[in-house]
Amino acid sequence: MTLFKPYISVEGLNVSYKKCQALENITVAIPEKQITVIIGPSGCGKTTLLKCLNRLIDLTEGVKLSGRVLVDGVDIYNSRAVDATHIRRKMGLLSQRPFPLPMSIYDNVAYGLRLNGLKDKLKVDAVVEHYLKMVGLWEEVKHRLKNPAWNLSAGQQQRLCLARSLAVEPEAILGDEPTSALDPMSSQRIEKIFLELKSQYTIVVVTHILRQAKRLADYVIFLYLGKLIEHGPAHSIFENPKEPETQAYIRGEIS
Amino acid sequence: MDKRMLEEKFFQVLMMASTFIVVGSLFALFLVVVLKGAPALSLSMITQTPKGGYYLGKEGGVLNAIVGSLCLGIGATVLALIIALPVALFLQKDYIGGSRFATVTRLSLDVLWGVPSIVYGAFGFIIMVYLGIRASLLGGIIVLTLLELPIMVRALDEVVRRVPQELKDESYAMGATRLETTIKIVCRQILPGAVTAVLLAFGRGIGDAASILFTTGYTDRLPHSLLDPVASLPLAVFFQLGTPFPEVQQRAYASAVILLVIVLLLSIISRLLVRKFTKYVIR
Repeated sequence: MTLFKPYISVEGLNVSYKKCQALENITVAIPEKQITVIIGPSGCGKTTLLKCLNRLIDLTEGVKLSGRVLVDGVDIYNSRAVDATHIRRKMGLLSQRPFPLPMSIYDNVAYGLRLNGLKDKLKVDAVVEHYLKMVGLWEEVKHRLKNPAWNLSAGQQQRLCLARSLAVEPEAILGDEPTSALDPMSSQRIEKIFLELKSQYTIVVVTHILRQAKRLADYVIFLYLGKLIEHGPAHSIFENPKEPETQAYIRGEIS
Repeated sequence: MDKRMLEEKFFQVLMMASTFIVVGSLFALFLVVVLKGAPALSLSMITQTPKGGYYLGKEGGVLNAIVGSLCLGIGATVLALIIALPVALFLQKDYIGGSRFATVTRLSLDVLWGVPSIVYGAFGFIIMVYLGIRASLLGGIIVLTLLELPIMVRALDEVVRRVPQELKDESYAMGATRLETTIKIVCRQILPGAVTAVLLAFGRGIGDAASILFTTGYTDRLPHSLLDPVASLPLAVFFQLGTPFPEVQQRAYASAVILLVIVLLLSIISRLLVRKFTKYVIR
């Protein structure tokens, strides 16, 4: 009954860590080239769900997973059909704290390109410039591309991380509370970039800031204690939530 | 003054006293060695091999021991690094980190670290007798490598473990494999710590006398091949101190100064060499 073209479909997904069940029977579709925001109180499994989408969850110790996650119609957990590194390349990740790689600003963006075997210096130059411009960082760093990336401010670092993810030409961008370590101005810039990028990318953002969710979301997934409570277009979730938990969360009673 | 303030003061004094003991004894050692060795320190000490009657106080130097120690120390450290780095990287959580195998590996390395170097020497000697190899530079390098391995692996392991998982996840999230992440991210990030680990091991190797006593031998000549016996500074110190002549004993202290200077110089040079790369490390 979905009215949009799903880019990612999660079907009956269960995830448990050593003892606790993190996600319980999640079935949801994520629309293509829109911003989907996953909201819910902390510890509800938002980040876990996000990490399932690019198989970063594989790296967590003692994790058990069942169900299917289809990206572009391909089950990414069917290990015979796909390779985890291939999936991750299709999904750019922006994590809670910016983590530049231990190299120069330039090399940070070039890292993914070189992984993919691009060696031609001129081409790499062009791609680095293109994506630094896309995230609005080019003017700030063009004269010091060889400087260590950690010299940048947190906000700049996060935009650099975004440029780095975009440079491998992903189809989707996953943001795991990408503004939680940033000041309001930097957060605003990241949000603005997301809104600009949604015409080209499928974007999934986890946030615990309700106002941010309202600013960004086209589609909303509400999780509560590992369960999918409600999902739907942003306006219907925010203005007319059906479930009592969603209503309470939107009113700010649970957080 | 109340009890808490008193405690605070007491422990501050205690910590200062302990620090003073450590730093003070280091300086005292250095001072004694330099003062005692200074009269014998001359250019010929580092440019000549022992001439006839050197150990009776006649002319010559310890070039044989300097060259020998450099060959032994650098050879063993390079060999140890080649073996230790893969072990330390394999001990990452991404590979066998949390497993029982990793715990056993770490434990055995800690035990090996505590084994006295004379035991390594005896062990090496037995192996060499069994294989029919005589005391040589090669034998010394191999035994020193074994001696250096535990300290190097454990020191590297500690710095590798300090690499934040989030940093590695960033690399994985871009589609990098474990190997790519380990080589391109982890190895860069650990560089400053790795240099310390290598220097620790080098210091232990070049300063050790007991393990090479039987395995390397001693000679007044310069080595020409891996299978020649070679001299070494620690043993030069030992032999010269053992003579009854004060002027030769002075040369023992001078040899010790040379050893200290070599370790110091290599520390400084290697840190300068990697400085270009360490500025990128994420703090």
